[in-house]
Amino acid sequence: MKAAVIVFPGSNCDRDLKVALTEAMGHEPAMVWHGDTDLPETDLIAIPGGFSYGDYLRCGAMAANSPIMREVVKKAEAGVPVVAICNGFQIAMEAGMLPGALLRNANQKFVCKDVDMVIAAENERFVGGYKADQVIRFPVAHHDGNFYADEETLKELENEGQVALRYATIEGDVNEAANPNGSLNNIAGIYNKAGNVLGLMPHPERLISDALGGTDGKVFFDHLVQSIA
Amino acid sequence: MKARVYISLKNGVLDPQGKAISHSLHGLGFDSVIDVRQGKTIELDLKETDREKASEEVERMCQQLLANTVIENYSIELVD
Repeated sequence: MKAAVIVFPGSNCDRDLKVALTEAMGHEPAMVWHGDTDLPETDLIAIPGGFSYGDYLRCGAMAANSPIMREVVKKAEAGVPVVAICNGFQIAMEAGMLPGALLRNANQKFVCKDVDMVIAAENERFVGGYKADQVIRFPVAHHDGNFYADEETLKELENEGQVALRYATIEGDVNEAANPNGSLNNIAGIYNKAGNVLGLMPHPERLISDALGGTDGKVFFDHLVQSIA
Repeated sequence: MKARVYISLKNGVLDPQGKAISHSLHGLGFDSVIDVRQGKTIELDLKETDREKASEEVERMCQQLLANTVIENYSIELVD
């Protein structure tokens, strides 16, 4: 199995993703520069977190128009699995791969902490490594992760099982106290209609060993790789 | 020709920065402030001299990059 990590000027989670994917696959993913126009043959595309283009104009807006993103969008439409994390989630939305937008956090603060989440919709490829009622922990680190969609889009996401993960308490209760950024319906991550693109604000690549404080992220990548390979 | 693009958040989209500004203004005693919405202005210097063509072109810029129409409205002003 082959994976590709897209690298933008200002990405800062690309190497964490490389480590996570290398450990899961047993070999390194391709690191693809944003200015490239060709993607190597790949079974998985990962769009990393960071501050691409310094968050100028809007988070992800410039990166979404990078040459490589045309190829990423094409591959995603052809069914190649894509995981877009944090700034990657913002980029995927700006590129039209996922609906909605990510606004400034409701409390205006940069939030950097571990968050607990529950699985909102089954998707064997992305969350099949967890028990259906498991509370999952990944860290968040963002200023603009406040999920927003207009009423109609939100309804559609909920009805079509496109809400992937919701912020919750450690007991698994989805409530306002567990919402770190004001996201509508506590949404932490969503799927596209076809279910092959996952965008999420929390960082699974940052919890892949006990030395880092947990392994819920390792389960994510190990299962993702197994389900594709 | 110059163009000015005004970008603002759509009604109903939370504007935490506007809210913070509003609080600060109240703190300074400007009690008449009911609500604040923060936007941005982008100034473009264009080669195009035809108003209609310039307007069309800036419209496309807004759609493709300058504004995110999921959450933002924009308006264009041409300045000769």
